[in-house]
Amino acid sequence: MHKKSITIALAGNPNSGKTTIFNNITGTRQKVGNWPGVTVEKKEGLISKYGYDLKIVDLPGTYSLTPFSIEEIIARNFVLEECPDVLIDIIDASNLERSLYLATQLRETDCKIMFALNMADVARTNGTKIDAEKLSELLDLPVVFTVGNKNEGIDILLTKAIELAESTVKIHQKRKVKYSKDIENAIIKLQTFIKNKVETKPTYNLRWTAIKLLENDEIIRKWILRKAGSKGDALLQEAQTLRTHLTDRFNDDPEIVMTDERYGFIAGILKEVLTTSSQNRVDISRNIDLVLTHRYFGFPIFIMFIWAMFQFTFSAGAYPMEWIDSGVTLLAAGLNSLLPDSILKDLIVNGIIPGVGSVIIFLPNILILFFCIAIFEDTGYMARAAFLMDRIMHIIGLHGKSFIPMLMGFGCNVPAVIASRTLESEKDRILTILITPFMSCSAKLPIYIVLTGAFFSTKAGTVIFSIYLIGIIVAIASGRLFRATVLKGADAPFVMELPPYRAPMLKSLLIHMWDRGKMFLKKMGGVILVGSIVVWALSAFPKDIQYSLDYASEIVRVEALYDSEIMAAGELERDVIEKKKDAAIAKLIMAQRAEKTEKSFMGRIGKSIAPVFAPLGIDWRGSVALLTGFVAKEIVVSSMGILYAVEEESDALHGALVKSNMTPLAAFSMMLFVLLYLPCIATMATIWRETGAFKWMTFSILYSTSLAWVVCFCVYQGGKIIGIN
Amino acid sequence: MLLSKMKEGQSGIISSMSGNSLLRRRIREIGILNGTEVYVEKYAPLKDPLELIVKGCHISLRVEEAAKITVDDVKQDPM
Repeated sequence: MHKKSITIALAGNPNSGKTTIFNNITGTRQKVGNWPGVTVEKKEGLISKYGYDLKIVDLPGTYSLTPFSIEEIIARNFVLEECPDVLIDIIDASNLERSLYLATQLRETDCKIMFALNMADVARTNGTKIDAEKLSELLDLPVVFTVGNKNEGIDILLTKAIELAESTVKIHQKRKVKYSKDIENAIIKLQTFIKNKVETKPTYNLRWTAIKLLENDEIIRKWILRKAGSKGDALLQEAQTLRTHLTDRFNDDPEIVMTDERYGFIAGILKEVLTTSSQNRVDISRNIDLVLTHRYFGFPIFIMFIWAMFQFTFSAGAYPMEWIDSGVTLLAAGLNSLLPDSILKDLIVNGIIPGVGSVIIFLPNILILFFCIAIFEDTGYMARAAFLMDRIMHIIGLHGKSFIPMLMGFGCNVPAVIASRTLESEKDRILTILITPFMSCSAKLPIYIVLTGAFFSTKAGTVIFSIYLIGIIVAIASGRLFRATVLKGADAPFVMELPPYRAPMLKSLLIHMWDRGKMFLKKMGGVILVGSIVVWALSAFPKDIQYSLDYASEIVRVEALYDSEIMAAGELERDVIEKKKDAAIAKLIMAQRAEKTEKSFMGRIGKSIAPVFAPLGIDWRGSVALLTGFVAKEIVVSSMGILYAVEEESDALHGALVKSNMTPLAAFSMMLFVLLYLPCIATMATIWRETGAFKWMTFSILYSTSLAWVVCFCVYQGGKIIGIN
Repeated sequence: MLLSKMKEGQSGIISSMSGNSLLRRRIREIGILNGTEVYVEKYAPLKDPLELIVKGCHISLRVEEAAKITVDDVKQDPM
């Protein structure tokens, strides 16, 4: 028998416990968070229960359905376009008034709606009692008590939801908000206008459409212009006339008047269903905040948390990194001896394994970083961080929340760019995305370590710190520049809730960590795989290189030479000569590899673009290494390793770099270039997707790369003039 | 009195709001209405933004936004 399927959407305010209820129903991966707007993506869960296939959709937490933030647009579009069979509005019992505000807006759509009165136990201890029966009667919808974090009431909630989906009741008009006479008249006028004059009727509820037109809703206006045909203009004209009339009548914008009237309607309901006794509330969160957002202790504690997070990320991550590293090496060695010699083997052993391996090695760091960020989010500290940082971020013209993506940028730009989704205004989001890549990501760190190790041994720490600092300064300066030019306009209002602190649940932290880790593996993995194949191909071809020396016969010759010496030498000297022989052969092999790279496509490209990099103090080898960094910054070091023709990546590369004619000034210039130039391909792809515009990705590439060139030019040439080397 | 002029530990009743309609709507949506009692919990370490307690919820606003809100009956309120 085919089971009937029902779609149930969960809506509600941020921090109403919506996500916990979703987790309890579906039992699948979803994170519980306190940071406003943590559930940005539409999450679904499929379960079979009571003979039905239930599709549960977790909508982003919102305070209303005005289309100002991306979360609200997502939630609203889902409700309007996909018409779930039942919409469960999760009502935070301790904040009934605000929860009902969203409910009145949901009620204006055509959806079948019911309430889950959540956390009523907490509300009761705080002295709030809610008459659910009365509420159900007044609004004519089912109301179920739930306690999300104790998994109470979930079964009844689902049974009632199925019941509601199967019922054929009409939603009573009188249960919706009734506005004052003038507004109701305007609504009716618009409804009649649409009914009689517009050929293509809006697919949405007529009353809803009329209300939104009166509220001057941008999205609906655009929709009308696009879809309503020739009468669209006239309809908007009519709406505008009515708006002007109402503005005169109420001496305020109609949308404000309507907001107040919705609250008036809610006040009426509250009077009948809510009893509050003035009990003394125990507000633990307030006491915690006395310390965490304290005038003097707030910042030091914040900085300590951030420091601890990075410390933990890198120190605890070092061990699994070693295991992965040896695993990758073992795999490469194993395949090297197992597979027969062929191009395919070359591709796997020299292309794919080192390429992908160099990214996988960062997985422990990324997982730990996300685990820490999940702790910040789930406890509610993230909102406090925004509270503390807003003043500083406001200097760049950004919201305190922008601090989080920028901070994550130090780990990896890909999730950082995605994290900017929590920002309300599109301009803020784009601005944050554009400056986040200047936060030096962890993949760039090995490059700094290698270069500073070779040229600034005693001052390595200071130099690396200065690089990070320059990144931050460039980000701030660029932010101000963009705000004044391409992204003009005020930043979004900073109206943010500081949710109560909650003890994080380990399960949810792990789910959160794994979700993002998976995203990293998937999105980076694919791109990196392709990228490393491209890099390999560019450095492996052409195959028919004309070497300056016949290395194979040279090796044979050297071997023979030493062998005869060994024969002639005494017992004691043989070992020494044997070692000399090995060294000589190794040197030849290295020279061949270097020449091969030099004459490969990659080397040719590097040599042809070398003149561009020459004024920055970067030679053709550096140019090629930087070019490969286009795929992933991790590759820069391994490219340098190959190009400077050394076997080992770490210590020996130091030596080779010192021996090459690179100066400390040139090394600094190269580090600056690495810091500023275009982000890796995975970040670029993410920028494209998150801004939704190819032009922003292009802009990011051109801006960062040209800025890098100019800065490095000034530093290198300026440094040479004032006599630094 | 403007909300932005209030000191930590003071409370009052909101009497009016000015500013653009987006801001006023946002403020209402989060539960701050005319006639609502607000308590100024604290200012951030850099004196901006400020934290309010409104009907048991902690809400933060920037000083420039709070300057758009007028408050009556301001009194020192040990809460």
